[in-house]
Amino acid sequence: MPYDPHPNHEGFLNSVGSPIQHRFNPHTDNGGTTLAIAGKDFCLVAGDTRQSEGYSINTRYAPKVHELSNGSVLATSGMYADSVNLVLNIETRLEWYKHKHNKTMSATASAQMLMTVLYQKRFFPYYVFNILGGVDEKGEGCVFSYDPVGCYRRETYQAHGSSAALIQPFLDNQCGAKHQNIKEELLTLDQAMKITKDAFASATERDIYTGDYLEIFVIKKSGVTKHKFDLKKD
Amino acid sequence: MFDPFSEEGKDTRNPIRHTQQPVIVSSSVLGVVYKDGVMLASDTLASYGSGLSRFRDIERLKPVGEYTVVGASGDNSDFQYITHTLEGVTTEEYDWDDGHKLGPKNVFEYLHRLMYGRRNKMNPLWNSLVVGGLKKGEKYVFLIGSIKFVRFLGYIDLKGTTYQSEAIATGFGSYLAIPLLRKATENGRYKTLSEQDAKKLLEDCLRVLWYRDATANNKIQVATINEQGVSVSAPYKLDTEWGFAEHIRGYGA
Repeated sequence: MPYDPHPNHEGFLNSVGSPIQHRFNPHTDNGGTTLAIAGKDFCLVAGDTRQSEGYSINTRYAPKVHELSNGSVLATSGMYADSVNLVLNIETRLEWYKHKHNKTMSATASAQMLMTVLYQKRFFPYYVFNILGGVDEKGEGCVFSYDPVGCYRRETYQAHGSSAALIQPFLDNQCGAKHQNIKEELLTLDQAMKITKDAFASATERDIYTGDYLEIFVIKKSGVTKHKFDLKKD
Repeated sequence: MFDPFSEEGKDTRNPIRHTQQPVIVSSSVLGVVYKDGVMLASDTLASYGSGLSRFRDIERLKPVGEYTVVGASGDNSDFQYITHTLEGVTTEEYDWDDGHKLGPKNVFEYLHRLMYGRRNKMNPLWNSLVVGGLKKGEKYVFLIGSIKFVRFLGYIDLKGTTYQSEAIATGFGSYLAIPLLRKATENGRYKTLSEQDAKKLLEDCLRVLWYRDATANNKIQVATINEQGVSVSAPYKLDTEWGFAEHIRGYGA
């Protein structure tokens, strides 16, 4: 008989009679909020920089919005370690695409690629909620919103992360013209910037996982610009 | 043909067992950035679970290469494995003889891959690691307001979570020491924090931990990394005061 290091004697059984198991949970939630708004000829992607675990603030500056090498911007929230490796994975594929096809991947193509990358880990997912922002082939702003296993959709505006439930209804009203008797129109960059700053300032007041700094990326056909703002640090 | 349901060759009584919980564990590691470099500190106690103080002379601040110190809390055997692995990496790096020496950034990245790789295998190394260091000429994008930053202080844990900050503490230290460390370092105050002040700060924090964390000890070590290089102190005792306990009902008497 082979050696059994844990024979089923009383000490190893619980009241139900099965062995006691402590399973390692490989996932964790590091909080944080991200947002993106598409405009006529631009796309705005934003995120706070706080990283938390439980009730602790790990650091006030761990950026979760990443400018990718193909000129689009990926906003990640959820598990930080997974997001680091997801971005690494995406960047590798973008580089190989460039070497293979001698052109940079379009924003819409990278949007579809991100879906396959996420779905490939369907049964051990990257615990990351993504928003991909860029400018499409027509030069119009595009936003793609994902769940952790790759279900995605093109949107005109989207909020994700710990304050999604606070910000999304605000965006529905301000960007989607919901509950207003007006026609829905794409925002100007000025309007989008103001709405983003207000959304994050308000979310910081109520959500303990959002705060410290706000990073806003503006993507245009001509390139990406990055803006930094302070958020409350309490 | 391959039969996924075949029991042949499978020993169902002895499945592969992974580390599911730590055994011999140690408590907090602290780290701060100061004027001339980075300082790490920890006590030297390793306990069997939370109740039994087992080893009182475990050194868990390890120099790696010429510019880096790695501090560990959590499972001691896993840290011994990590130390062993890093030894192999530094030896291999030396053998290349290409003029490149491992800096704190390299060690940090390596440990991040190691820890995240093991969590992907559902077989984690049960530690929280603090990497501190300074390599002249290496700049780190670190904080808003001081983009070019020469000192390095980072954290890695069993799930591969990483971050950098001017003050880092693991375990109970993240509750008891972080407020003190942040008060002394935030908003650019680390730039004026002297070596003596940084050492006193860390000793004060470890003293608080010794008073309030049941698995902490008053025998400690401090590691300093500055432009002169790496130095890890020999273990020494903290001055502690228990006279007050006599006057508190239910504390001592």
